[in-house]
Amino acid sequence: MCLAVPMKVIEINGDMAVVESSGLSRKVGIMLLDKVKLNDWVLIHAGFAISKLTKKQARETLAIFEEGRFFG
Amino acid sequence: MAEATTLSRLAERLKNFPVSGNVKIMEVCGTHTVAIRRFGLQHLLPAGVRLVSGPGCPVCVTPDSYIDEAVALARQGVVITSFGDMLRVPGSSSSLEKERAAGADIRAVYSPLDALKIAADCGRETVFLAVGFETTAPVIAAVAMKTLEKKIANFSLLTALRLVPPALQALIADGCAAASPCGTALGSAAASPRGIASDIRLSGFLLPGHVSAIIGKQAYDFLPEQRLPGVISGFSAADIITSLLLLLEMHNKGIYRIMNNYPRVVRDSGNEKSRAILAEVFEPADAEWRGLGMIPASGLQLKPAFAALDSRSHFAIKTASTSPRTDCRCGDVLRGLIDPPACPLFNKACRPDQPLGPCMVSAEGSCSAWVTYG
Repeated sequence: MCLAVPMKVIEINGDMAVVESSGLSRKVGIMLLDKVKLNDWVLIHAGFAISKLTKKQARETLAIFEEGRFFG
Repeated sequence: MAEATTLSRLAERLKNFPVSGNVKIMEVCGTHTVAIRRFGLQHLLPAGVRLVSGPGCPVCVTPDSYIDEAVALARQGVVITSFGDMLRVPGSSSSLEKERAAGADIRAVYSPLDALKIAADCGRETVFLAVGFETTAPVIAAVAMKTLEKKIANFSLLTALRLVPPALQALIADGCAAASPCGTALGSAAASPRGIASDIRLSGFLLPGHVSAIIGKQAYDFLPEQRLPGVISGFSAADIITSLLLLLEMHNKGIYRIMNNYPRVVRDSGNEKSRAILAEVFEPADAEWRGLGMIPASGLQLKPAFAALDSRSHFAIKTASTSPRTDCRCGDVLRGLIDPPACPLFNKACRPDQPLGPCMVSAEGSCSAWVTYG
Protein backbone atom coordinates (compact mmCIF):
# COMPACT_ATOMS: atom_id res chain seq x y z
CA MET A 1 0.00 0.00 0.00
CA CYS A 2 2.98 2.28 0.52
CA LEU A 3 4.03 1.61 -3.06
CA ALA A 4 5.63 4.60 -4.77
CA VAL A 5 7.17 5.18 -8.21
CA PRO A 6 9.87 7.58 -9.42
CA MET A 7 8.73 10.15 -12.02
CA LYS A 8 10.29 13.27 -13.57
CA VAL A 9 8.87 16.78 -13.04
CA ILE A 10 8.12 18.34 -16.44
CA GLU A 11 5.81 21.21 -15.46
CA ILE A 12 5.11 23.14 -12.25
CA ASN A 13 1.94 25.13 -11.51
CA GLY A 14 1.90 26.40 -7.94
CA ASP A 15 1.57 23.44 -5.60
CA MET A 16 0.82 21.02 -8.44
CA ALA A 17 3.17 19.53 -11.03
CA VAL A 18 3.02 17.34 -14.10
CA VAL A 19 5.32 14.35 -13.74
CA GLU A 20 6.29 11.86 -16.40
CA SER A 21 7.80 8.42 -16.68
CA SER A 22 7.85 5.83 -19.48
CA GLY A 23 5.52 7.99 -21.58
CA LEU A 24 2.92 8.21 -18.82
CA SER A 25 2.24 11.62 -17.34
CA ARG A 26 0.03 12.74 -14.50
CA LYS A 27 -0.74 15.71 -12.32
CA VAL A 28 0.47 15.42 -8.74
CA GLY A 29 0.67 17.54 -5.61
CA ILE A 30 4.12 18.83 -4.64
CA MET A 31 3.28 20.60 -1.38
CA LEU A 32 4.76 17.74 0.68
CA LEU A 33 8.28 18.45 -0.62
CA ASP A 34 10.59 21.45 -0.34
CA LYS A 35 11.99 23.17 -3.42
CA VAL A 36 10.74 20.95 -6.23
CA LYS A 37 12.30 22.03 -9.55
CA LEU A 38 11.80 21.16 -13.20
CA ASN A 39 13.59 17.92 -14.18
CA ASP A 40 13.74 16.70 -10.58
CA TRP A 41 13.02 13.01 -10.13
CA VAL A 42 10.51 12.52 -7.35
CA LEU A 43 8.88 9.51 -5.74
CA ILE A 44 5.10 9.55 -6.28
CA HIS A 45 2.69 7.99 -3.79
CA ALA A 46 -1.11 8.32 -4.06
CA GLY A 47 -0.91 11.43 -6.23
CA PHE A 48 1.80 13.30 -4.32
CA ALA A 49 5.57 13.66 -4.50
CA ILE A 50 6.91 12.43 -1.16
CA SER A 51 10.67 12.24 -1.70
CA LYS A 52 13.30 13.62 -4.04
CA LEU A 53 15.76 11.34 -5.85
CA THR A 54 18.87 12.10 -7.84
CA LYS A 55 18.66 11.19 -11.54
CA LYS A 56 21.00 8.27 -11.08
CA GLN A 57 19.02 7.03 -8.10
CA ALA A 58 15.76 7.39 -10.02
CA ARG A 59 17.05 5.38 -12.99
CA GLU A 60 18.30 2.71 -10.66
CA THR A 61 14.89 2.45 -8.96
CA LEU A 62 13.12 2.65 -12.29
CA ALA A 63 15.15 -0.24 -13.69
CA ILE A 64 13.77 -2.42 -10.92
CA PHE A 65 10.27 -1.77 -12.22
CA GLU A 66 11.10 -1.96 -15.90
CA GLU A 67 12.88 -5.26 -15.62
CA GLY A 68 9.87 -6.69 -13.87
CA ARG A 69 11.94 -7.47 -10.84
CA PHE A 70 9.42 -5.70 -8.69
CA PHE A 71 5.73 -6.28 -8.19
CA GLY A 72 3.66 -3.20 -9.04
CA MET B 1 24.32 -9.32 -17.00
CA ALA B 2 26.72 -7.71 -14.60
CA GLU B 3 23.76 -7.03 -12.35
CA ALA B 4 22.65 -10.65 -12.41
CA THR B 5 26.15 -11.68 -11.44
CA THR B 6 26.16 -9.23 -8.56
CA LEU B 7 22.77 -10.50 -7.47
CA SER B 8 23.79 -14.15 -7.59
CA ARG B 9 26.94 -13.29 -5.65
CA LEU B 10 24.81 -11.57 -3.02
CA ALA B 11 22.45 -14.55 -2.93
CA GLU B 12 25.37 -16.94 -2.39
CA ARG B 13 26.70 -14.72 0.38
CA LEU B 14 23.36 -14.77 2.16
CA LYS B 15 22.92 -18.54 1.77
CA ASN B 16 26.33 -19.24 3.24
CA PHE B 17 26.33 -16.56 5.90
CA PRO B 18 27.43 -18.11 9.19
CA VAL B 19 24.86 -17.19 11.83
CA SER B 20 25.24 -17.72 15.54
CA GLY B 21 22.12 -19.12 17.20
CA ASN B 22 18.56 -18.79 15.95
CA VAL B 23 17.53 -15.58 14.28
CA LYS B 24 14.03 -14.34 13.59
CA ILE B 25 13.67 -11.18 11.54
CA MET B 26 10.37 -9.39 11.13
CA GLU B 27 9.47 -7.30 8.11
CA VAL B 28 6.83 -4.66 8.72
CA CYS B 29 5.89 -3.57 5.23
CA GLY B 30 3.43 -5.33 2.93
CA THR B 31 5.54 -4.40 -0.09
CA HIS B 32 8.50 -6.21 1.50
CA THR B 33 6.28 -9.22 2.23
CA VAL B 34 5.35 -9.49 -1.44
CA ALA B 35 8.88 -8.77 -2.69
CA ILE B 36 10.43 -11.45 -0.45
CA ARG B 37 8.05 -14.16 -1.62
CA ARG B 38 8.04 -13.01 -5.22
CA PHE B 39 11.84 -13.22 -5.40
CA GLY B 40 11.80 -16.43 -3.34
CA LEU B 41 14.23 -14.91 -0.84
CA GLN B 42 12.93 -17.19 1.92
CA HIS B 43 14.81 -20.01 0.12
CA LEU B 44 18.10 -18.13 0.42
CA LEU B 45 18.13 -17.89 4.18
CA PRO B 46 21.01 -19.58 5.98
CA ALA B 47 20.23 -22.29 8.55
CA GLY B 48 18.75 -20.90 11.76
CA VAL B 49 17.28 -17.78 10.15
CA ARG B 50 13.55 -17.19 9.77
CA LEU B 51 11.64 -14.29 8.28
CA VAL B 52 8.21 -13.39 9.61
CA SER B 53 5.71 -10.76 8.58
CA GLY B 54 4.57 -8.19 11.08
CA PRO B 55 1.75 -5.65 11.06
CA GLY B 56 2.93 -4.04 7.83
CA CYS B 57 -0.17 -3.97 5.68
CA PRO B 58 -2.59 -1.13 6.51
CA VAL B 59 -5.57 -3.01 5.07
CA CYS B 60 -4.77 -6.04 7.20
CA VAL B 61 -4.46 -4.19 10.50
CA THR B 62 -7.71 -2.25 10.01
CA PRO B 63 -10.30 -3.74 12.38
CA ASP B 64 -13.70 -5.12 11.32
CA SER B 65 -15.45 -2.25 13.09
CA TYR B 66 -13.98 0.21 10.58
CA ILE B 67 -15.39 -1.71 7.60
CA ASP B 68 -18.73 -1.81 9.42
CA GLU B 69 -18.67 1.99 9.70
CA ALA B 70 -17.94 2.34 5.97
CA VAL B 71 -20.71 -0.14 5.11
CA ALA B 72 -23.16 1.78 7.32
CA LEU B 73 -22.24 5.02 5.52
CA ALA B 74 -22.63 3.39 2.10
CA ARG B 75 -26.13 2.25 3.12
CA GLN B 76 -27.00 5.85 4.01
CA GLY B 77 -26.49 6.77 0.35
CA VAL B 78 -23.13 8.48 0.83
CA VAL B 79 -20.59 8.20 -2.00
CA ILE B 80 -17.70 6.11 -0.66
CA THR B 81 -14.25 6.60 -2.19
CA SER B 82 -11.35 4.35 -1.26
CA PHE B 83 -8.06 2.82 -2.27
CA GLY B 84 -9.08 -0.33 -4.16
CA ASP B 85 -7.59 -2.76 -1.64
CA MET B 86 -10.23 -1.94 0.98
CA LEU B 87 -13.25 -2.92 -1.09
CA ARG B 88 -13.04 -6.67 -0.61
CA VAL B 89 -12.21 -6.65 3.09
CA PRO B 90 -15.03 -8.32 4.98
CA GLY B 91 -16.53 -6.49 7.93
CA SER B 92 -18.64 -8.35 10.45
CA SER B 93 -21.58 -8.73 8.06
CA SER B 94 -20.71 -7.27 4.66
CA SER B 95 -17.97 -5.75 2.54
CA LEU B 96 -17.91 -2.63 0.39
CA GLU B 97 -17.74 -4.82 -2.71
CA LYS B 98 -20.99 -6.54 -1.70
CA GLU B 99 -22.60 -3.18 -0.95
CA ARG B 100 -21.56 -1.94 -4.38
CA ALA B 101 -23.13 -5.00 -6.01
CA ALA B 102 -26.29 -4.16 -4.06
CA GLY B 103 -26.33 -0.68 -5.57
CA ALA B 104 -24.26 1.50 -3.23
CA ASP B 105 -22.08 4.20 -4.84
CA ILE B 106 -18.56 3.01 -4.02
CA ARG B 107 -15.60 4.13 -6.11
CA ALA B 108 -11.96 3.02 -6.05
CA VAL B 109 -9.50 5.89 -6.48
CA TYR B 110 -5.74 6.13 -6.89
CA SER B 111 -5.41 9.31 -4.84
CA PRO B 112 -7.50 11.17 -2.26
CA LEU B 113 -7.19 14.09 -4.72
CA ASP B 114 -9.37 12.07 -7.10
CA ALA B 115 -11.85 11.55 -4.25
CA LEU B 116 -11.99 15.30 -3.61
CA LYS B 117 -12.65 15.89 -7.32
CA ILE B 118 -15.51 13.38 -7.23
CA ALA B 119 -17.01 15.32 -4.30
CA ALA B 120 -16.61 18.65 -6.10
CA ASP B 121 -18.09 17.29 -9.35
CA CYS B 122 -21.04 15.31 -8.00
CA GLY B 123 -22.09 17.65 -5.18
CA ARG B 124 -23.23 14.69 -3.05
CA GLU B 125 -21.88 13.78 0.38
CA THR B 126 -18.60 11.98 -0.35
CA VAL B 127 -16.44 10.11 2.15
CA PHE B 128 -12.83 9.06 1.62
CA LEU B 129 -11.63 6.02 3.56
CA ALA B 130 -8.41 7.41 4.99
CA VAL B 131 -6.42 4.24 5.60
CA GLY B 132 -2.65 3.98 5.59
CA PHE B 133 0.63 4.45 7.43
CA GLU B 134 2.98 7.43 7.64
CA THR B 135 3.62 7.30 3.86
CA THR B 136 -0.03 7.99 3.11
CA ALA B 137 -1.01 10.15 6.09
CA PRO B 138 0.74 13.36 4.84
CA VAL B 139 -1.00 12.90 1.47
CA ILE B 140 -4.34 12.82 3.25
CA ALA B 141 -3.34 15.81 5.39
CA ALA B 142 -2.54 17.78 2.22
CA VAL B 143 -5.95 16.88 0.76
CA ALA B 144 -7.65 17.92 4.03
CA MET B 145 -5.99 21.34 3.69
CA LYS B 146 -7.10 21.61 0.07
CA THR B 147 -10.67 20.72 1.06
CA LEU B 148 -10.86 23.63 3.50
CA GLU B 149 -9.04 25.94 1.07
CA LYS B 150 -11.53 25.17 -1.72
CA LYS B 151 -14.46 25.24 0.73
CA ILE B 152 -15.78 21.86 -0.41
CA ALA B 153 -18.34 21.12 2.29
CA ASN B 154 -19.61 17.74 1.07
CA PHE B 155 -16.27 15.90 1.49
CA SER B 156 -15.17 14.16 4.67
CA LEU B 157 -12.65 11.60 5.91
CA LEU B 158 -13.36 8.35 7.73
CA THR B 159 -9.95 7.94 9.31
CA ALA B 160 -8.09 4.76 10.26
CA LEU B 161 -4.53 6.01 9.83
CA ARG B 162 -1.90 4.09 11.78
CA LEU B 163 1.68 4.76 12.89
CA VAL B 164 4.36 2.09 12.56
CA PRO B 165 6.73 2.83 15.51
CA PRO B 166 4.03 2.52 18.24
CA ALA B 167 3.04 -0.89 16.80
CA LEU B 168 6.66 -2.06 16.98
CA GLN B 169 6.87 -0.73 20.53
CA ALA B 170 3.68 -2.64 21.40
CA LEU B 171 5.10 -5.86 19.93
CA ILE B 172 8.23 -5.39 22.02
CA ALA B 173 6.27 -4.54 25.17
CA ASP B 174 4.14 -7.63 24.56
CA GLY B 175 7.31 -9.66 24.80
CA CYS B 176 7.22 -10.87 21.21
CA ALA B 177 10.44 -9.14 20.40
CA ALA B 178 12.36 -9.00 23.64
CA ALA B 179 14.09 -11.68 25.64
CA SER B 180 10.93 -12.80 27.42
CA PRO B 181 8.10 -15.03 26.18
CA CYS B 182 5.18 -13.45 24.42
CA GLY B 183 2.49 -12.52 26.90
CA THR B 184 -1.13 -11.64 26.60
CA ALA B 185 -0.83 -7.94 27.27
CA LEU B 186 -2.19 -7.27 23.83
CA GLY B 187 -5.19 -8.77 22.12
CA SER B 188 -7.21 -11.54 23.65
CA ALA B 189 -5.82 -14.51 25.51
CA ALA B 190 -7.09 -16.71 22.70
CA ALA B 191 -5.01 -14.76 20.21
CA SER B 192 -1.84 -15.54 22.12
CA PRO B 193 -1.31 -19.28 21.82
CA ARG B 194 1.03 -20.89 24.31
CA GLY B 195 3.77 -23.38 23.70
CA ILE B 196 5.63 -21.34 21.14
CA ALA B 197 7.41 -19.00 23.52
CA SER B 198 10.90 -20.13 22.63
CA ASP B 199 10.21 -19.51 18.98
CA ILE B 200 8.81 -16.03 19.10
CA ARG B 201 11.66 -13.78 20.08
CA LEU B 202 12.63 -11.35 17.39
CA SER B 203 16.23 -10.55 16.58
CA GLY B 204 15.70 -7.49 14.41
CA PHE B 205 13.50 -5.60 11.99
CA LEU B 206 13.57 -5.05 8.24
CA LEU B 207 12.16 -1.51 8.31
CA PRO B 208 9.75 -0.07 5.72
CA GLY B 209 11.34 2.06 2.99
CA HIS B 210 8.59 4.50 2.14
CA VAL B 211 7.29 4.96 5.70
CA SER B 212 10.90 5.80 6.60
CA ALA B 213 11.12 8.33 3.73
CA ILE B 214 8.70 10.38 5.84
CA ILE B 215 9.60 9.56 9.46
CA GLY B 216 13.39 9.16 9.02
CA LYS B 217 15.87 7.02 10.85
CA GLN B 218 15.55 8.62 14.28
CA ALA B 219 11.94 7.44 14.61
CA TYR B 220 13.31 3.97 15.39
CA ASP B 221 15.76 5.01 18.12
CA PHE B 222 13.76 2.98 20.65
CA LEU B 223 14.83 -0.28 18.96
CA PRO B 224 18.56 -0.15 19.82
CA GLU B 225 17.55 0.77 23.37
CA GLN B 226 15.77 -2.60 23.46
CA ARG B 227 18.84 -4.34 21.99
CA LEU B 228 17.19 -4.75 18.61
CA PRO B 229 18.81 -3.77 15.29
CA GLY B 230 16.85 -2.43 12.32
CA VAL B 231 17.66 -1.81 8.66
CA ILE B 232 15.62 0.54 6.47
CA SER B 233 15.35 -1.26 3.15
CA GLY B 234 14.34 -0.67 -0.44
CA PHE B 235 12.35 -3.21 -2.42
CA SER B 236 14.64 -4.80 -5.02
CA ALA B 237 16.07 -8.27 -4.40
CA ALA B 238 19.51 -6.70 -3.94
CA ASP B 239 18.11 -4.15 -1.48
CA ILE B 240 16.48 -6.83 0.66
CA ILE B 241 19.40 -9.27 0.53
CA THR B 242 21.91 -6.60 1.53
CA SER B 243 19.58 -5.43 4.31
CA LEU B 244 19.32 -8.99 5.63
CA LEU B 245 23.11 -9.35 5.47
CA LEU B 246 23.46 -6.15 7.51
CA LEU B 247 20.96 -7.43 10.08
CA LEU B 248 22.70 -10.80 10.39
CA GLU B 249 26.09 -9.13 10.67
CA MET B 250 24.76 -6.92 13.48
CA HIS B 251 23.21 -9.96 15.18
CA ASN B 252 26.48 -11.88 15.09
CA LYS B 253 28.46 -8.95 16.45
CA GLY B 254 25.92 -7.89 19.06
CA ILE B 255 25.51 -4.47 17.44
CA TYR B 256 22.16 -2.76 17.93
CA ARG B 257 21.84 0.07 15.46
CA ILE B 258 19.41 1.51 12.92
CA MET B 259 20.93 1.56 9.44
CA ASN B 260 19.62 3.27 6.33
CA ASN B 261 20.13 0.88 3.41
CA TYR B 262 17.81 2.87 1.12
CA PRO B 263 19.62 6.24 0.95
CA ARG B 264 18.61 6.83 -2.67
CA VAL B 265 15.11 7.54 -1.36
CA VAL B 266 15.30 7.90 2.43
CA ARG B 267 17.03 10.89 4.01
CA ASP B 268 18.18 10.07 7.54
CA SER B 269 16.03 12.95 8.78
CA GLY B 270 13.03 11.83 6.71
CA ASN B 271 10.77 14.40 5.04
CA GLU B 272 10.38 17.29 7.49
CA LYS B 273 7.90 19.22 5.35
CA SER B 274 5.56 16.22 5.12
CA ARG B 275 5.75 15.78 8.88
CA ALA B 276 4.97 19.47 9.43
CA ILE B 277 1.85 19.28 7.22
CA LEU B 278 0.82 16.08 8.95
CA ALA B 279 1.19 17.72 12.37
CA GLU B 280 -0.90 20.68 11.27
CA VAL B 281 -3.88 18.47 10.40
CA PHE B 282 -3.61 15.39 12.61
CA GLU B 283 -2.71 14.52 16.19
CA PRO B 284 -1.88 11.11 17.67
CA ALA B 285 -4.73 9.11 19.19
CA ASP B 286 -5.12 5.65 20.69
CA ALA B 287 -6.11 3.20 17.99
CA GLU B 288 -7.16 -0.41 17.56
CA TRP B 289 -5.09 -2.77 15.43
CA ARG B 290 -6.29 -6.13 14.25
CA GLY B 291 -4.34 -8.74 16.20
CA LEU B 292 -2.61 -6.21 18.43
CA GLY B 293 -5.61 -4.61 20.12
CA MET B 294 -5.62 -1.02 21.35
CA ILE B 295 -2.23 0.69 21.14
CA PRO B 296 -1.66 4.10 22.76
CA ALA B 297 -0.99 6.99 20.36
CA SER B 298 -0.73 4.65 17.37
CA GLY B 299 -3.39 6.32 15.23
CA LEU B 300 -4.12 9.80 13.93
CA GLN B 301 -7.21 11.90 14.48
CA LEU B 302 -8.12 15.23 12.89
CA LYS B 303 -7.21 18.26 14.98
CA PRO B 304 -10.07 20.55 16.12
CA ALA B 305 -9.41 23.01 13.25
CA PHE B 306 -10.19 20.16 10.81
CA ALA B 307 -13.01 18.55 12.80
CA ALA B 308 -15.52 19.59 10.12
CA LEU B 309 -13.86 17.04 7.83
CA ASP B 310 -14.45 14.12 10.20
CA SER B 311 -17.08 11.74 8.77
CA ARG B 312 -17.81 10.58 12.31
CA SER B 313 -19.05 14.07 13.22
CA HIS B 314 -20.73 14.59 9.82
CA PHE B 315 -22.92 11.52 10.11
CA ALA B 316 -24.54 9.42 12.77
CA ILE B 317 -22.84 6.09 12.06
CA LYS B 318 -24.61 3.17 13.67
CA THR B 319 -22.99 -0.25 13.58
CA ALA B 320 -23.91 -3.44 15.37
CA SER B 321 -21.34 -4.71 17.86
CA THR B 322 -18.93 -7.03 16.11
CA SER B 323 -18.02 -10.55 16.99
CA PRO B 324 -14.55 -11.64 15.92
CA ARG B 325 -14.19 -14.35 13.30
CA THR B 326 -13.19 -17.29 15.44
CA ASP B 327 -11.19 -19.39 12.97
CA CYS B 328 -9.34 -16.64 11.11
CA ARG B 329 -5.85 -16.25 12.58
CA CYS B 330 -4.89 -13.08 10.72
CA GLY B 331 -4.18 -11.46 14.10
CA ASP B 332 -1.56 -14.08 14.96
CA VAL B 333 -0.04 -13.82 11.49
CA LEU B 334 0.25 -10.03 11.95
CA ARG B 335 2.17 -10.52 15.19
CA GLY B 336 4.58 -12.94 13.59
CA LEU B 337 3.34 -15.71 15.90
CA ILE B 338 2.41 -18.13 13.15
CA ASP B 339 3.10 -18.55 9.45
CA PRO B 340 -0.06 -18.44 7.29
CA PRO B 341 -0.29 -22.25 6.68
CA ALA B 342 -0.80 -22.73 10.44
CA CYS B 343 -4.26 -21.15 10.08
CA PRO B 344 -6.95 -23.83 9.61
CA LEU B 345 -8.64 -21.72 6.92
CA PHE B 346 -5.47 -21.03 4.90
CA ASN B 347 -5.90 -21.83 1.21
CA LYS B 348 -8.93 -23.97 2.05
CA ALA B 349 -11.99 -21.95 3.08
CA CYS B 350 -9.93 -18.75 2.72
CA ARG B 351 -8.31 -18.21 -0.67
CA PRO B 352 -7.30 -15.15 -2.72
CA ASP B 353 -10.41 -15.59 -4.91
CA GLN B 354 -12.62 -16.02 -1.87
CA PRO B 355 -10.89 -14.33 1.06
CA LEU B 356 -12.29 -14.56 4.57
CA GLY B 357 -9.61 -12.62 6.39
CA PRO B 358 -7.83 -9.36 5.57
CA CYS B 359 -4.39 -11.00 5.34
CA MET B 360 -5.77 -12.88 2.33
CA VAL B 361 -7.75 -9.95 0.89
CA SER B 362 -4.93 -7.49 0.43
CA ALA B 363 -2.45 -8.30 -2.32
CA GLU B 364 0.15 -7.24 0.26
CA GLY B 365 -1.20 -9.49 3.01
CA SER B 366 1.07 -12.33 4.13
CA CYS B 367 -1.53 -15.02 3.44
CA SER B 368 -2.12 -13.77 -0.08
CA ALA B 369 1.64 -13.56 -0.74
CA TRP B 370 2.14 -17.14 0.52
CA VAL B 371 -0.55 -18.52 -1.79
CA THR B 372 0.43 -16.42 -4.80
CA TYR B 373 4.17 -17.00 -4.69
CA GLY B 374 4.48 -20.16 -2.59
